[in-house]
Amino acid sequence: MTALHSSHGSSSHSASSLLSVKNATRRFGGLIAVNEVSFEVTIGEIFGLIGPNGAGKTTMFNLLSGLTPPSSGAIKFEGRSLIGLPPYKIAELGVARTFQNIRLFGNLSALENVKIAQHTHTRAGVLSGVFGAGRAREEEPRVLEKATELLKLVGLNDLAGEQAKNFSYGDQRRLEIARALALEPKLLLLDEPAAGMNPTEKQGLSDFIRMVRDKFSLTIVLIEHHVPLVMGLCDRIAVLNFGQLIALGNPAVVANDPAVIEAYLGGD
Amino acid sequence: MEKMFESFFNQYGFLMVYMVLQATLALSLYLPLTAGQLSLASPGFFALGGYIAAVMSTTVWATNGMFPIPYLLLEMLLGAVASGLLAIVVGVPALRLRGIYLALATIAFVEILRVVSLNLTITGGAVGIFGIPQPFNSSLEYMWVALPLLILCVIFTARLEKSRIGRAFVAIREDELAADAMGVNPTYHKVLAFVIGAMIAGMVGAITAHFLNTWNARQGTFDVSINILAFVLIGGSRMTMGPVVGGMLLTALPELLRPVGDVRLIVNGFLLTLGAVLLPQGLISPRVFKRKKADV
Repeated sequence: MTALHSSHGSSSHSASSLLSVKNATRRFGGLIAVNEVSFEVTIGEIFGLIGPNGAGKTTMFNLLSGLTPPSSGAIKFEGRSLIGLPPYKIAELGVARTFQNIRLFGNLSALENVKIAQHTHTRAGVLSGVFGAGRAREEEPRVLEKATELLKLVGLNDLAGEQAKNFSYGDQRRLEIARALALEPKLLLLDEPAAGMNPTEKQGLSDFIRMVRDKFSLTIVLIEHHVPLVMGLCDRIAVLNFGQLIALGNPAVVANDPAVIEAYLGGD
Repeated sequence: MEKMFESFFNQYGFLMVYMVLQATLALSLYLPLTAGQLSLASPGFFALGGYIAAVMSTTVWATNGMFPIPYLLLEMLLGAVASGLLAIVVGVPALRLRGIYLALATIAFVEILRVVSLNLTITGGAVGIFGIPQPFNSSLEYMWVALPLLILCVIFTARLEKSRIGRAFVAIREDELAADAMGVNPTYHKVLAFVIGAMIAGMVGAITAHFLNTWNARQGTFDVSINILAFVLIGGSRMTMGPVVGGMLLTALPELLRPVGDVRLIVNGFLLTLGAVLLPQGLISPRVFKRKKADV
């Protein structure tokens, strides 16, 4: 392995790699949703995952967050295999996500939604919580402060007491990001963060994602359909089609890749 | 005036204590429900706690005259511990099931315990155990134990809901998958909620065995499961006070309807149906307290 020679899409392990996916495959019966996909995400990167509908992007996210185990292949986070770990363990390691079909705790307030994601960073047990003593006494103000701070960051502080299900679509997406950030992750997986946002909100989203990356020293993988957003925001992009990785590289390279153009526009 | 009170308490003392005990029992079903788990296992643990108290007080520390109250408290503790341990054994496999399948599995659990208690000699078989020693002179005096237990259980449950563990319970109820992805271990918290509920049921069982003076397999049946479920659904399944109010009201209702005569059970059923249709969230629902909650 030589340090001088590096290329995009190289499968060789580098020191700054945070997430490494090797030959990940997921079958659902006869359907191969993700087929032998390999890529690496380096620390601090904003990595885009794009592809036509049904390409396997969300399945890929489910493999990364442990909601669906891969049929075969290897997934490593900070050099540690994620295969066989339940979602909550993967969350503990520092992988947080949002959902394409928003999955907030609808009957709970925005504040409670964010507080819940502090679970792994607190330890108070039943008795400590009930008596408001010991750990709970030290933790609860910290949890409240952190949750309030994150709600402020996404601009929802005024709605802290509102039930999440009453929020507008865009606000729900923002709340999901705040909830994911409360996990204090190293890797943030955003599943179509711009879906349902209006053009102005979409514009602000790029800056917001960059700001969040810098502020919390995050690495971000995002699935997105809105092409200008992806092109302007991502350092590198992986393109999936029918479960296969058809292109990987910086936005300019990927946009001009014949296989990508064919996948999106159809070819003959 | 004093006489009036005396006759009132003589007549209704039993009912009042029973209301308090049943309200506490309702909390034992409510707790797993806060974590989204519909468990009907409470009567099983209730029966277990009762049998422990009945067997201990009639054989192990049989006394002449008044039964010492510390022994009663010790039996409650034993009932809670035994129920909690059994709940871990039952809960770990059973809580892999969801929704109605969990309900069915817990009904089966209650039935198994019932059949076992019918066939063991230590539980007195079909006849059960009778002549359980009395720690108090009258039914009403049981309030000295029943009411503090209810109050402690209410405070415990209400405060738990506001804590880290309670938030994890509610997150699982709202969306188990999302809770899992947010770092909450679903199995651990589901079993925990189930175990706490079982411990409460075990303690209530221990008091109730003394209170009823007799204990047999009819205490832990499917019918009881459904009664407790009705307490929670009619009272409200989203706030601690819901099952408490439901348990008290539904325990008192058949008695309050006594003047109606033979049709009282029909009226009772009719009122339950009406309650379920008109107040699907139960009598006590967060909507009533919404303004208060927004301030928090």
